[in-house]
Amino acid sequence: MVLIPAPPQIPDGAIGVETIGMTKRFGAFTALEDVSMTIAAGGFHALLGENGAGKSTLVKCVMGFYAPTSGHVLVGGREAEITNPKGAQARGLGMVYQHFTLVPSLTGAENLVIARSDAPAVINWASERAALSDFMSGMPFKLNLDRPVAELAAGEKQKLEIVKQLYLKARFLILDEPTSVLTPAEAEEVLGLLRAMTDRGDLTVLMISHKFREVEAFARTLSVLRRGRLVGGGAVGELSRDDMASMMIGERAIRTVAARIGEPDPSNEILRIEGVTARDVSGLREIAIEDLRVRAREIVGIAGVSGNGQKELADVLGGQIRATGGRVIVEGEVYSGKRAESRAHRVRFIPEEPLRNACAPRMSVAENLAFRAFDRRGDDPDKPPTLWLNKGAMGRRAKDLIARFKVKTASSEAPIATLSGGNVQRAVLARELTDPVDLLIVVNPCFGLDFAAVSEIRNRIVAARNAGAAVLLISEDLDEILELSDRIVVMSEGRLVYETPGASAEVGVIGQHMAGHH
Amino acid sequence: MSDGLGIWTVLLAVVGGAIRVSTPFLFVSLGETITERSGRINLGLEGTLVFGAMSAYATAVMSGSPWAGVAVAGLAGGAFGLLHGYVCQLPRVNDVAIGIALMLFGSGLAFFLGKPFIQPSAPPLPAIPFGFWSDLPQVQAALRVNVLFLVGAALSVFLWWAFRNTKAGLIVRVAGDSADAARAMGYDVDRIRLYATGAGGVLAGIGGAYLSLYYPGSWNEGISSGQGLMAVALVIFARWNPLACFGAALLFGGAGALGPALQSVGVSQGYYLYYAAPYVLTLALLILTSSPNRALAGAPGELSLSK
Repeated sequence: MVLIPAPPQIPDGAIGVETIGMTKRFGAFTALEDVSMTIAAGGFHALLGENGAGKSTLVKCVMGFYAPTSGHVLVGGREAEITNPKGAQARGLGMVYQHFTLVPSLTGAENLVIARSDAPAVINWASERAALSDFMSGMPFKLNLDRPVAELAAGEKQKLEIVKQLYLKARFLILDEPTSVLTPAEAEEVLGLLRAMTDRGDLTVLMISHKFREVEAFARTLSVLRRGRLVGGGAVGELSRDDMASMMIGERAIRTVAARIGEPDPSNEILRIEGVTARDVSGLREIAIEDLRVRAREIVGIAGVSGNGQKELADVLGGQIRATGGRVIVEGEVYSGKRAESRAHRVRFIPEEPLRNACAPRMSVAENLAFRAFDRRGDDPDKPPTLWLNKGAMGRRAKDLIARFKVKTASSEAPIATLSGGNVQRAVLARELTDPVDLLIVVNPCFGLDFAAVSEIRNRIVAARNAGAAVLLISEDLDEILELSDRIVVMSEGRLVYETPGASAEVGVIGQHMAGHH
Repeated sequence: MSDGLGIWTVLLAVVGGAIRVSTPFLFVSLGETITERSGRINLGLEGTLVFGAMSAYATAVMSGSPWAGVAVAGLAGGAFGLLHGYVCQLPRVNDVAIGIALMLFGSGLAFFLGKPFIQPSAPPLPAIPFGFWSDLPQVQAALRVNVLFLVGAALSVFLWWAFRNTKAGLIVRVAGDSADAARAMGYDVDRIRLYATGAGGVLAGIGGAYLSLYYPGSWNEGISSGQGLMAVALVIFARWNPLACFGAALLFGGAGALGPALQSVGVSQGYYLYYAAPYVLTLALLILTSSPNRALAGAPGELSLSK
């Protein structure tokens, strides 16, 4: 039996947190090096940095997920040894993660009560419910706590995560990219309300973010991490966006996205979706696409907050779920996502999370690169089928593609799961975009990738378009949609609700439609 | 004998059979519900059921008390459950494979240890004659309800309540739905599953005691005929809901009683087919309630069959 010291009293107001010389090594890799940072009580501090810069490592060390290799944390000015998230919670520290930590089959109320460390053995729902509605009346968000979390939209889940931390009496709140699942209006609302709480001195917020606009609008101070080191920071307003960007990425040339060359070909309609209806596997979400057309040399961007039917639309096009009605037509013929059809019409589908959905993670890079034509003579998709794998041709092709698409891998025989996210996506693009393409369907192609990989992958997509392909880009990243699309369509609650040419698109109007104001 | 009475006799026998035959189904499926709600599958409950039947019978023969038999069966079942739970938390262990191994192990051990107890007879568990008001022997027979059936019925209501209204129930559901969330709350998921598997084993053991000490009421090697496995399927059919387990157990019990009931009224042609009713029902229900276009509603997210 381990003796547990009495939990320190959580003060009523905001708590300040300081890290001193935080260093974290994973084997030979240094994820975090000597980071000392002060976040004053009642502050709203932004933590900027590229993917892999060490932001998550830093906050996980603070929350007790990782034990730092050296360095320590001061909470409210006193040294605190935090060895697990429970200990952090007892000191008034809370974190909202990028992935949801709510339990899907439990209702909101059940999630809140069970997260409390002093949850009673037998729950008296009458009194708990009264206490919860009392608590919720003081909360910035209105939420239905009686529905299972699985049925909530992503934005509601995110709000519930924040409410949960406040319910657990967090006085120092860490938010890991909190607005990635929110509409612009929801993001404004949530961050504005949290900012107001910090202004009243009830809460301190540390927010990990990529979005300069958010940082400028809501944070008071900021720090920038690059490759595990603290490279700068200061008060918001003293630093320009250029300063912040150059601190984040250092001295490195960023390729800008290639320009779209040539106009969409109005007479050559490649993809047509007519009255397609479908339901997702849980049976909860339905989509109904009246009419969507994509022409040759055109990128149509589907914008929308995650969970509004984009995944179901992509699954129908990729053949993962069956449409319950309507037709998908590619080059004048009905299309259901079968291998032979996609080969005949040169359709390429790049699903989201490519490692999970477009690769066999434990098979080698070479084998993954050969998926499209491994069963054809000479690994050529146009040749007749063959029984035997041509390992030699597979290997040569893999080496060629790895070089041309700059896939960083130890060898072509390494399992593809050992590659970083950007390199997995490069490998998938290498497989799908080498031969001529008539129709390209991509879903969240740059999710979770760093700057350099993002611009390169977007270039590849634009290049495919310029070469004459019709591109359907389904993305939750509005900036990506705005940057790449010839035409933008907004999807909300399973329907296409708004359409605008990319050149004259207005972010505000798109945002309103994304948020369901049609 | 008139046709009318024949049909009534069959119906009455099916109702009586549902009550009599369903009890092992009920206990095993409630136990498996607890285990699966915590995120683990124990296919070994068939072996636990058989071993429970043997140990209960042996204890009752030697001590003269059927309740001592029930207690020993529960303890033995709990030991099997804890063994399963312990082995499954080791790295790179698959719970389905371990379940099948323990199923064979439990049955084999029961056959080995149970050889000397095939001949002697044990005192049966008491039943309550709810049919005392009727003069018809068929009604009296149908409404003789064993105490364990009532315990099982009460238990299913209790578990249904406990999954929503107790801390322990919610924690089991958290562990079964999102191990990450449970760990983030500071709970030891392996330990929760160990206890849940242990509890499931206790209930399966008690189900076995019912088999040997009440109905059919003797110990032999063919005593379970796969009821433990069917009860696992029944949990899926009941969507991990203890109340639905009760209904499903009654349905399966009734189907199991169809063969003997038809035989008792003289339908002798093809009655072996009716004996197959529970198995056909299992298959039919699983086919009917599944769909390629839907995920299994209500399935705990951590279960290896829903991952």
